[in-house]
Parts: sequence; structure tokens; C-alpha cells
Amino acid sequence: MKLTSEEVKHIARLARLKLTDKEVDKFGEQLSDILSLAKTLEEVDTSKVEPIAQITGLQNVTFKDETEPCELADKLLEQSPMPIQDHMIKVKNVFND
Amino acid sequence: MIDLTIAQSKAGLKEKKFSATELTRSYLDRIKATDDKLHAYITVTEDVALEQAKKIDKKGDYSGLLEGIPMNLKDCVCTAGIRTTACSKILENFVPPYNAHMYDRLLDAGTILLGKTNTDEFTMGASSENSYFGVTANPWNTAYVSGGSSGGPAASVAADQCTFSIGTDTGGSIRQPASLCGAVGLKVTYGRVPRYGCIPYASSFDTVGPITKTVEDAALVLQAIAGRSEKDATTPDVPVPDYADFLKEDLTGITLGLPKEYFGQGVDKEVSETVMKGVEVMKQLGAKVIEISLPLTKYAIPTYYILVKSEGSTNMARYDGIKYGHTTDQAKELQDIYMNSRSEGFGDEVKRTIMLGTYALSAGYYDAYYLKAAKVRALMKKEFEEAFEKCDALITPTSPTPTFKIGEKVDDPLAMYMCDVLTVPINLAGICGMSVPAGFSSNGLPISIQIIAGQYKEGNLFHVGHAFEKATEWHKKKPNL
Repeated sequence: MKLTSEEVKHIARLARLKLTDKEVDKFGEQLSDILSLAKTLEEVDTSKVEPIAQITGLQNVTFKDETEPCELADKLLEQSPMPIQDHMIKVKNVFND
Repeated sequence: MIDLTIAQSKAGLKEKKFSATELTRSYLDRIKATDDKLHAYITVTEDVALEQAKKIDKKGDYSGLLEGIPMNLKDCVCTAGIRTTACSKILENFVPPYNAHMYDRLLDAGTILLGKTNTDEFTMGASSENSYFGVTANPWNTAYVSGGSSGGPAASVAADQCTFSIGTDTGGSIRQPASLCGAVGLKVTYGRVPRYGCIPYASSFDTVGPITKTVEDAALVLQAIAGRSEKDATTPDVPVPDYADFLKEDLTGITLGLPKEYFGQGVDKEVSETVMKGVEVMKQLGAKVIEISLPLTKYAIPTYYILVKSEGSTNMARYDGIKYGHTTDQAKELQDIYMNSRSEGFGDEVKRTIMLGTYALSAGYYDAYYLKAAKVRALMKKEFEEAFEKCDALITPTSPTPTFKIGEKVDDPLAMYMCDVLTVPINLAGICGMSVPAGFSSNGLPISIQIIAGQYKEGNLFHVGHAFEKATEWHKKKPNL
């Protein structure tokens, strides 16, 4: 299991990370080692097993669907490093000119 | 008075031997005197602590469960108005607007906040070396790591810089540093303590729990923070027992299982011998000991890392340089903000998490990695359930080795992952475990026993741990600082 540098760059792009060439080499090697180890799971017979994602077996935990005032709204907005305009966060343009 | 346990401090306060302010000041002095060597604290909240102490002294009855007890929180627990960094550059200046629900429970119980302590960045690591603010040294020998990710909490307890600390445990992050520093570390059943306001790593694994000087103290802290919360939908409505009822001094009627896979390859001889000496003590206290086999143990590390890195990559997606945290000044358009803020703000282990998780969850690889691991997880859970039909608790080492030198494993992620080999199975199964000091290596470094029990069976951990502690002196040893 060896990731090519093209694969590493592709994963980084999907994950919104910018890597230097040196990092591509380093992470490529380290990630390949970990994925090789993960390949050992093929030895385990899981053909009749349901996967689990909730370990204590809780299902459909529901709360009353009611609106409540949020006293934190302004404080949360203040957390943004971006300029605030009309109670909204102003971000950079999404498309090139 | 800084070496007192919670139980002893409570008695001292009630008998007016000292005030909460005096107790708090003595810890603040201790932090000032020792933290240059250790670097356990990221932020010391002296003003907050003294103000809280003053209020408690004015009230004067010390009636709350933990009233007047000075403690600290791992720096991934949100504290309103107090900087909370997760020891990442991306949250270097983050000041949360609200408290973690668990911290509110601690405040209701009357605790005093001394500060915020060090962790590997976003709790990803086993040595605290991944902290953006630098490593926490081990109080027993400062050339060695304090373990991780809760290195700051564990070192601060071992060095008497607080009465107790709160850490988080995703794959061993409370138990392993507690073991390496010679403290008691409790990893609760998944969902036993609300996670609301604790900065997440892997949401189906993360737990919050205490690091303390004794087992009795761990039971006291859990009493204050356990139970269902409306703010965390993953906390089941399971009653919280009175944990003090479990603090017994003999083990008659208790069956302990020794899983042979936890004493095999990769575990230091000195460690397994120390644990077996501890098992002899438990036998003398009346416990019946049987051998158990958990053959899936060898798959725990790959199963754990595929699942945890997948969940971790999803959780890290919220750091976009826009909503909060670090943002780049090198951006022309939106994509640059994401790319540059994240690349500048995250350290190497977080980047590995994000990339490994992204890969394991991507179309074409999802079935082979994520889904496969989620199925093996189901099998491991079943394997533990079957083991607990035969015994009340399992006894193993917590860490395969005592602490290791600073820098020794920092460039070898896989070697670092192997530090968790005896602790991650417990998180995979969602069960509970506790690390209890059990001896020292030939060069004077702490070694601990891990006690493991089924879901919501924390009482069994306290029973076995307390009886063992009462019969031994290991928890009374203190490092020279």
C-alpha cells in the first residue's frame, strides 16, 4: 500500500489543505504505513456483521421542536475574524472576476 | 496542604483548618514554583480562582459535593470568557462565549478553577509533544514525556499543582498520561458524562473524566459530573448510582479476568511483572482470578485509527478561517481562506488525521476502510460483552512501557500510535476503564494497572481500585520537584 504523490495532493485538495513538496513526501510515507496496517483488517471475517456507529445503542433521541431565544447570537457572531455587516459575516468572493 | 486529596481537603475546610482562599493560594504558589520545569498549565486563572474562593469562604458551610476544591481543566474544555485553545494555533486566541456543561456541573458542586492545562493539539497524540505550546515534562523525570493527550492534567495532579483535573479520553488520553505520571485516571463509559462544550476529536469515542490522587477522589468527581444532559443527545438516561457505596476494602465475591493478549509482545517485562504483583494483592484481598482471551485485540489499533481519523477529519472541517479561530492574511478568494487558514493553523498530526480520514471516507475506499473498521468494532464490542459474562472486571497494564524520552517518538507516528495499544480497545467498545498506580520501573518511573469494566459499571472500577489502593502505598509516593 503506497500512496503516490498525486494521490496525496488529491487528498490534501479534498481536505482543503495546502502542502509543500516536502510535506507531500513525508505525509505520503506516513499515511501509506498506516493504511498498510489497516489492510490487516481483511483477515477478520465480517460477512455477517452489522457496522456500529453508536456504541451505547441509543436511537432517535428527540427533543421538543420549539424555538427558543438564543442569547449567544451576537457573541457567536463576534467570534468571526471576518468583517460583520448587517448581522452577517462578510466573506471573500467565491468566484474569480 | 497541596498534597491533600479531595476527601481530606473537604474535611479540612469543614473543620476550619484552612479556608478555600488559603488552599487556592497554596496551589497558585505551587504552580508558580514548579511550572517553569513542567509546563503543565497553558493559562493560570488566578483572579477567577481567588474570586470563586472568596465567595465560597463567605458562604462558609462547604456543603457542596466539591465545595472549595481547586482544580484545572484540560484546555479543550470550553470556559466562558477564558481562553480555550485545544493547544492549536488555529484556536490560539479563542475565547468561548459559553461553558462546557460538565464545567457548569463542577461549578454547581463548588469547585475553584486554577487554570487550563496542556494537551496534544485537539487531543491527538500520546505524549503532549503535539501541543502548539510545547511539551509537558514528566514530574518524575523532566527529560521524559508526561504522556498524552492529557499530559498537562496528569502532570499537574502528580506534581500537586491542583487537587484534581479534568481530561478527555478518546483512545487512552486520560489513562495513559495518568499511568505515566503516577496518578489515577478514569475513562468513563461513553455518554456517562456530557461532552457539550468539550472541543471534539472523534465524536463516537470522546469521553470526559477526572484525573485524581486517589480512587475515592475519582468517585467523588464522577458523582458531580455524571448523568444525562439535555445538551448532549448521546448521554443515555441511565441512573447514576451513589459511587461511595462501591468503595470497599475487600474483594470477596469479585472475579477478575486477565486477558492474555494484554501481557504479550510489545509489553515491557517490568510492566507485566508489576501488574502481576498487583494481581497477587487482589487475590489476597479475596478476588478470584481467571484467564480470559480477547483474540481481536491485535486488530484494535488499525480499527481505532481508521474510525477515529475519519471522525476527526469530519470534526476538523468546522475550522474554516471564517466562523472563529485563526484566519490567513494571504487570501484573494474564498478557497484561499480555507486552504491557507487550515494549513497555517493545524500541526502535523491534525493534518495526518484530516488526510487519513478524508481518504478512508472517500468514494471507492469507504467500504474497504471505514465500513470494514466499523464492523470489526461491532465484533470487538461483542467480545468484551462475552468476557464480562465471566468476570466483574479485567486487569491489564495501562501502557505497554513506562514514560519515554521527549523527542523519542515524535517523528514516527506509527510508534506513537502503538502507545495506545492497551487503551483503545476500551474506547472501541464504549466501556469504562481506570488507571491506578501499581509500582515503579528500575529507573524510578511510574507503572500502573488498568482496571476495565462493562458499560456503566464504573462502580466495579472503584471497588477493585479502592481495595487495591488501600492495600498498597504506591499512590502516596510523590515526585521530587
